[in-house]
Amino acid sequence: MIKVNAIGDACPIPVVKTKNAIRELQGGGTVETLVDNEIAVQNLTKMANQKGYDVHSEKVADNEFKVTMTVNAEAAQIAANNAVSTIEEESCPITPLNKKNTVVVIRSNQMGNGEEELGKALLKGFIYTLSQQDTLPSTILFYNSGAYITCEDSASIEDLKSLEAQGVEILTCGTCLNFYGITDKLQVGEVTNMYVIAEKMTQADLIVQP
Amino acid sequence: MEKEKLFCKGGGCTAKLGAGILSRILSKLPQGPEDENLLVGYDSKDDAAVYKISDDIAFVQTLDFFPPMVDDPYTFGKIAATNALSDIYAMGGEVKTALNIVCFPEKMDLNILGEIMRGGAEKVIEAGGTLAGGHSIADSDVKYGLSVTGIVNPNKIYTNNGAKPGDALILTKRLGVGIICTANRVGEASVEAMKAVTDSMTTLNKYAAECCRNFEIHACTDVTGFSFLGHLHEMMDGQLSCHIHAKQVPVFEEALRHADEFLLTAAGQRNRNFTGPFVQFKDIPFAMEEILFDPQTSGGLLISLAKEDAPALLGKLKASGLPAEIVGEVLEKAEPEILVTN
Repeated sequence: MIKVNAIGDACPIPVVKTKNAIRELQGGGTVETLVDNEIAVQNLTKMANQKGYDVHSEKVADNEFKVTMTVNAEAAQIAANNAVSTIEEESCPITPLNKKNTVVVIRSNQMGNGEEELGKALLKGFIYTLSQQDTLPSTILFYNSGAYITCEDSASIEDLKSLEAQGVEILTCGTCLNFYGITDKLQVGEVTNMYVIAEKMTQADLIVQP
Repeated sequence: MEKEKLFCKGGGCTAKLGAGILSRILSKLPQGPEDENLLVGYDSKDDAAVYKISDDIAFVQTLDFFPPMVDDPYTFGKIAATNALSDIYAMGGEVKTALNIVCFPEKMDLNILGEIMRGGAEKVIEAGGTLAGGHSIADSDVKYGLSVTGIVNPNKIYTNNGAKPGDALILTKRLGVGIICTANRVGEASVEAMKAVTDSMTTLNKYAAECCRNFEIHACTDVTGFSFLGHLHEMMDGQLSCHIHAKQVPVFEEALRHADEFLLTAAGQRNRNFTGPFVQFKDIPFAMEEILFDPQTSGGLLISLAKEDAPALLGKLKASGLPAEIVGEVLEKAEPEILVTN
């Protein structure tokens, strides 16, 4: 493992130093970079994601973050294996930067614009397919008529429970539940407010709106 | 005199505080009684303040300063001044007076400061204004800029948020300045690319503004630290959306290569964090995404005007030597706010 100290360095120096260290890795290995700000963590993570390196970051002290990249010549499969082992070795809580922070936003009880029957069937299919993905979103937000999807009589309750069991946060807009008079019908996940909805969306790396 | 060099660390508009932090602080400032003559203030996220003094004259006030992004003091002075003067043009005004703002280390060679201020003074003269004074502070790092006052007809102010659905959007300078300056700091930028971005950063937006004079401009802003997408987001003002054609956006080609090497700024990532949620990219390569979030120092004007008028204005801009292009169109409010396709 190569350690890189980029404390006090402004972007893009942490990235440049890390790239140089990766070049010195003979046939793969780990580079651990210390930086003093969250934006540098994000820029390093962005590089790792683009290059397909396994990346992992944690806050180790005030103004000190550790970004660990595991690089292997044999690309995807080995990187995927490393992803698990790195997390286990470090045995620390998974920070949002561990993986891409994807937020799925369900804005209505249908997918796309068109016939209602089709729109509802598509949304049910989408949520089922989502639950079968290798990479799951961190959060699914439901608002406006999307709030019906987490409530009684929704065809997606089982799929959403399966997603929740896999660690996906299911949040439904409280104002919307109240407006449609279905607050007591919520079957899965938690009730949330606009503050949290805005925060989840602004802090997402990727927002998916079916 | 021996050629002195400036030490640059993340200068220019990459040194700007993030829009996210700022809007939180600004929203909490105490507000005094409203002055009806203040035509443009904090509320509109505009480029400069505009205060009406008679039916046909308002003054435009702006202030901009930052640390060096190039190592030649004279060039830095020109860039900082060009950038500060730009806000007047983005409001549709003309430059009248300017005051120097200087932070300079006590122990540094004063000839360097002289070179910086010479560069700045030349640009004020080129803008048609008068340098009327200034203020200097001893500081650990060099910073330079101007406070500029101009005038504008109150009925012909170019605001940020007057765009209309159906408008065409024109950008008058290439993007990628921040990335190339950043690459230059780590020795990766080519001499040709640095010359090209320096020429761009020292080109007054006066010339683009003059081309606009006989057109009905619906909205205008200059593209600076918050990036093309960030300033575009401000222009949409929560009321409109737009479609950008990435292939038509003028860029410094070399910036794409550096973006692929991740020579990226912190400010660019802050821009992505703040504006990213409003943007949907469709089949846009990573490097181009980064350029659209890249903080620009002394960037061009982003102009919104009726589609029918756009080709004529574009022709005028091109004829005056600017790399302007029609980059997209304004639409009725929809999701996503900003759609970027090829």
